[in-house]
Amino acid sequence: MMIDFLNAIVALSNFVLIPAIAYGSQLALGALGVTLVYGVLRFSNFAHGDTMAFGTMTVILFTWWFQSMGISIHPLPTALLALPFGIAVTALLLLGTDRVVYRFYRKQKAQPVIYLIVSLGVMFILNGLVRFIIGPGDQRFADGERFIMKARDFKAMTGLKEGLAIKTSQSITLVTAIIVVIALFWFLNRTRTGKSMRAFSDNEDLALLSGINPERVVIYTWLIVAALATIAGTLYGLDKSFKPFTYFQLLLPIFAAAIVGGLGSPLGAIAGGFVIAFSEVMITYAWKKVLTYLMPDSLDPSGLVQLIATEYKFAISFVILVIVLLFRPTGLFRGKAL
Amino acid sequence: MNDLSKNLSYFALVAVLIIGTGFYQSWNSALFILNMGLVSAILSLGVNLQWGIAGLLNVGVMGFVALGGASTIFISMAPIPAAWQAGGPRILLGLALGAATIAALVIGYSRLPKGRVRTIALLAVAVIGFLAYRSVISPAIKSVEAVNPALEGYLGGLGLPVLLAWPVGGLLAAGAAWIIGKTALGLRSDYLAIATLGISEIIVAVLKNEDWLTRGVKNVNGIPRPVPYEIDLQNDPLFVERAATLGLDPTIASTLFVKILYALLFASVLIILLWLSQRALNSPWGRMMRAIRDNETAARAMGKNVTARHLQVFILGSAVCGIAGAMMTTLDSQFTPSAYQPLRFTFLVWVMVIVGGSGNNFGAVLGGFIVWFLWVQVEPMGLWLMQVITSPLAEDSALRLHLINSAAHMRLLTMGIFLLLMLRFSPRGLLPEK
Repeated sequence: MMIDFLNAIVALSNFVLIPAIAYGSQLALGALGVTLVYGVLRFSNFAHGDTMAFGTMTVILFTWWFQSMGISIHPLPTALLALPFGIAVTALLLLGTDRVVYRFYRKQKAQPVIYLIVSLGVMFILNGLVRFIIGPGDQRFADGERFIMKARDFKAMTGLKEGLAIKTSQSITLVTAIIVVIALFWFLNRTRTGKSMRAFSDNEDLALLSGINPERVVIYTWLIVAALATIAGTLYGLDKSFKPFTYFQLLLPIFAAAIVGGLGSPLGAIAGGFVIAFSEVMITYAWKKVLTYLMPDSLDPSGLVQLIATEYKFAISFVILVIVLLFRPTGLFRGKAL
Repeated sequence: MNDLSKNLSYFALVAVLIIGTGFYQSWNSALFILNMGLVSAILSLGVNLQWGIAGLLNVGVMGFVALGGASTIFISMAPIPAAWQAGGPRILLGLALGAATIAALVIGYSRLPKGRVRTIALLAVAVIGFLAYRSVISPAIKSVEAVNPALEGYLGGLGLPVLLAWPVGGLLAAGAAWIIGKTALGLRSDYLAIATLGISEIIVAVLKNEDWLTRGVKNVNGIPRPVPYEIDLQNDPLFVERAATLGLDPTIASTLFVKILYALLFASVLIILLWLSQRALNSPWGRMMRAIRDNETAARAMGKNVTARHLQVFILGSAVCGIAGAMMTTLDSQFTPSAYQPLRFTFLVWVMVIVGGSGNNFGAVLGGFIVWFLWVQVEPMGLWLMQVITSPLAEDSALRLHLINSAAHMRLLTMGIFLLLMLRFSPRGLLPEK
């Protein structure tokens, strides 16, 4: 009985908890980027998914270059070494986009909807650029040790029937996400620039009156967004694989996470990311295995006990989004929306 | 009169572009551009109704187009009796159970007093309803999909004329739009955008995965056509004789003839919809919609029911997109759910509306033609450009091969630049709203 219970816990962690934590961290980092753009620049950035794709692409290109020169940080993936370079290139791209595209509309004090449509144009360009440079296909760029713990080793170690596998990418995701989030919150709450960003986000007019330079705030925002998008994209790519179209599709869960948490609220974005990730993984997981351990033999489930097919995972973020919008339009953490 | 001559010169330009394609490439590709241009113009009219006239941001056009496309299956494919026998009624019963559950939830939420009792009751209804729905529908789906899966494996349609699918496609899209509008309208415009983006992905996911309904990624081929088949024309002595008098090869003549018939059908739909849109735009209703768009608060203060009007125009615009979707699938005579890509079916339509001139129906139509022409022609132009740029490189240089192979993706880049340039330097479009 006790063994069954342990097996159930291990199976649950292996198939639900660990993947959901990794996915949730990736979504949270993506949603932080969306929420920062929304808070400071005041528009929904539809190009965010493709910014992530662009950042990941530059990281992949640097990774290949390092690999060809024989540079590696085994057992960690080379992509981690390439990450700062990818962030730098993406930051240049975003600052360039801001200078050439968005600044004009900021001067005009254009409506948020106009910004949104402009971001669609940027999305097209980034999309084309990424496909043009690296192609529309799948790219795998994870190297180094694949697993921290293999399912077989775990079984041998504990004598349980269920194995527990922890992928390197999953633990890197979690560690990186924690470091990034701590650094971001330290920056927003403790530094002068971070405080001016928050002030600008809370009340633009007051911030301007107290002598905050808006262009400086905007530049810092784009720099942070570039870092967040590149890191989120790279972690997702290491964990799964890189395909430009998948990154575009991530837009929906990322926006859902940001809105569920409350647009403009960084804490909300993190919470939202985990809410979306856990619901997605739990609702599309086939519970048969876990239930078989937990239920008496006579009650064993006959089907897979999968609530919804994996293909419909978008529907889950969408339904959560709609429920939150209907019942608590400002999100869990009282964002500034509506 | 100045406006009229401007309109005419732009449309003359489109005509020149298409006729030029006929002379320099082939008449078949010219007619292809014309036909898809007509469909694009209709799509663009639909989005213009929502964005240009009412200021609603719908980025789920793809979903409505796909629903319209699926309606051609539901209407025109022959029913499959074996599949119906295997589980048709049971699937219908399952769907009815699902619908009843949702209805019970909605009614329960609005009728029962707020409190813990309501939460528990609604949760119980949801769980029981879901289990009942799954237990009824799952075995039925399995047995339907097992019926001759290589060729059938779905319920088929009603076996009616395919032209009927066009209005039905509009109705299906309108129904979906009603559900979305009921939940997402009245919120901020960004939320409508994200909600429509989500629903369009879901619609396409359903069409891709519910094999019993649309055969999923196995596609439905051979959807009946409203026009004769080329092969029949080629075997018809009268047609061959007529083609010969024009000095045409019967094979080419038949393909051209079929495309021209499609063009006439599509053009008549476009003209009817354009006429209706113009009537709507210049009616008191159109003035009210624009008043709401320009100042919602003022319109509300004048006693206009803004949310209801938004819902109305959202449904109408989506229905137009549904009609266009059905026409597109009819033209292909094949339903391929995996072909629905948001960049092509949602965001390209947005480029059409913005470039053409949002708020102006003729502008939207013009945008549909011009942007579609560019979308088709940028690919060969990009390829040519890449060949010129890379000509100094060695024949087998890796960079050269990569650039030439990637030239197809130039069209996304071009569309983005085109859109941004228009937004920056001529935000009201080629034919601005009056």
